Amino acid sequence: MSMHYFANPTRFNRLAGRIQPWAGGLAAILLVVGLYMALFEVPADYQQGDTVRIMFVHVPSAWMAMFCYSFLAVASAVALIWKHPLADLAAKASAPIGAGFTFLALVTGSIWGKPMWGTWWVWDARLTSVLILFFLYLGYMALWQSIEDGQKAAKAAAVLALVGAVNVPIIKFSVDWWNTLHQPASVMRMDGPAIHPSMLWPLLIMALAFQVYFVALLLARMRMELNLRRIRALRLAERSS
Amino acid sequence: MKPFGAVIARDLRLAVRQGGATFLALVFFLLTVTLFPLGIGPEPAILARVAPGVLWVAALLAAMLSLDRLFQADFEDGSLEQLTLSGLPLGGIVLAKIIAHWLTTGLPLLLAAPVLAVLLNMSDEGFAALLLTMLIGTPALSLIGAIGAALTLTVRRGGVLLSLLVLPLYIPVLIFGVSAIDAAVHGLNAKPHVLLLAALTLAAIPLCPWASAAAVKLSLE
Repeated sequence: MSMHYFANPTRFNRLAGRIQPWAGGLAAILLVVGLYMALFEVPADYQQGDTVRIMFVHVPSAWMAMFCYSFLAVASAVALIWKHPLADLAAKASAPIGAGFTFLALVTGSIWGKPMWGTWWVWDARLTSVLILFFLYLGYMALWQSIEDGQKAAKAAAVLALVGAVNVPIIKFSVDWWNTLHQPASVMRMDGPAIHPSMLWPLLIMALAFQVYFVALLLARMRMELNLRRIRALRLAERSS
Repeated sequence: MKPFGAVIARDLRLAVRQGGATFLALVFFLLTVTLFPLGIGPEPAILARVAPGVLWVAALLAAMLSLDRLFQADFEDGSLEQLTLSGLPLGGIVLAKIIAHWLTTGLPLLLAAPVLAVLLNMSDEGFAALLLTMLIGTPALSLIGAIGAALTLTVRRGGVLLSLLVLPLYIPVLIFGVSAIDAAVHGLNAKPHVLLLAALTLAAIPLCPWASAAAVKLSLE
């Protein structure tokens, strides 16, 4: 089966429609199990108390924030190189999801930081680079919105996504560099001792739940976009006839 | 090489004859820097502490605001299309335009920066580092900014969008530029910061014209 088999929107729509409820259901089950374990089974941390439970939302969100940007960059590269019609759709659909996860990571990090560090926000290297990642998502989405011609918008956004992808490691490195200069070891280390298995399992289940949720949401958004295009085409045909 | 020089000369001639734009960027730079003492208070010690950061942030904003000059006028009167039809490699044309942009924006900012540093009471040790980092760093601002300027060519009122696209990408330049001056002011070794800044600019020289040429091409389709 070649890469372009699912370039046919009807074919893709049928397959995505079949996968979507399963992915949604699986995400819901995993989320319930993961949250139950995280909130009730996991013992409170001897240092951090119950606040450690924020981690089970915070860490998977941060992982997804990075995963979505990588996904977006790969989809953009596929769109530019092979001109696969679904790649544009996938890139466009993944951006708001990624921005949402990034926002969630920032907010939960802030809520976690208040009891742990005593402030809502510190200009720690990780926090700062996640904040910049959030701005990259916003810029990408804004570029899609502001170019009316869909084809042009897709290409411009793809170029921006690739430029951003090249820059993400540079920005990350520079922010680490900046942070070590300005705040020598004033911030508590988050990645302290190795994590205990009783915490690792719920964390992995939550991460998987987020991942499957991403798939469900991505398929839903791609189908929505396809249907919107179809509606537009039908309307245009109606007008012209 | 001859057409390359011709494009630079043309853009410089346009900038000189239309006038104003370089001057405006400089006035903006001066004005933004003036706002800081008014905002945070006139104590010389505080101003000296924040001077490198203030100068770099103001230079960043001034360079960003002048980016629309890079392609916009040529795009509107059709000469950008003529240039792409000339058969010359578009990346080269874009690079020539970026160099012209730097000569009319980055260079004046570089020359004005020491004067403003005096106004902000920056300590004497920082001046050499300020000039050096501005010399190395401002070309990167023009190079990276060209991508944003090319991407927003077809966007009406693209100014705010341009800042959203370009400013996150400017962050490394800001960080290494300010770190170098801070290191020099505190009597530390500024060399690693300067070298990293130079690496950034050198990496941008081949990559940015290429990406902006792709963006220019698709806005002309």
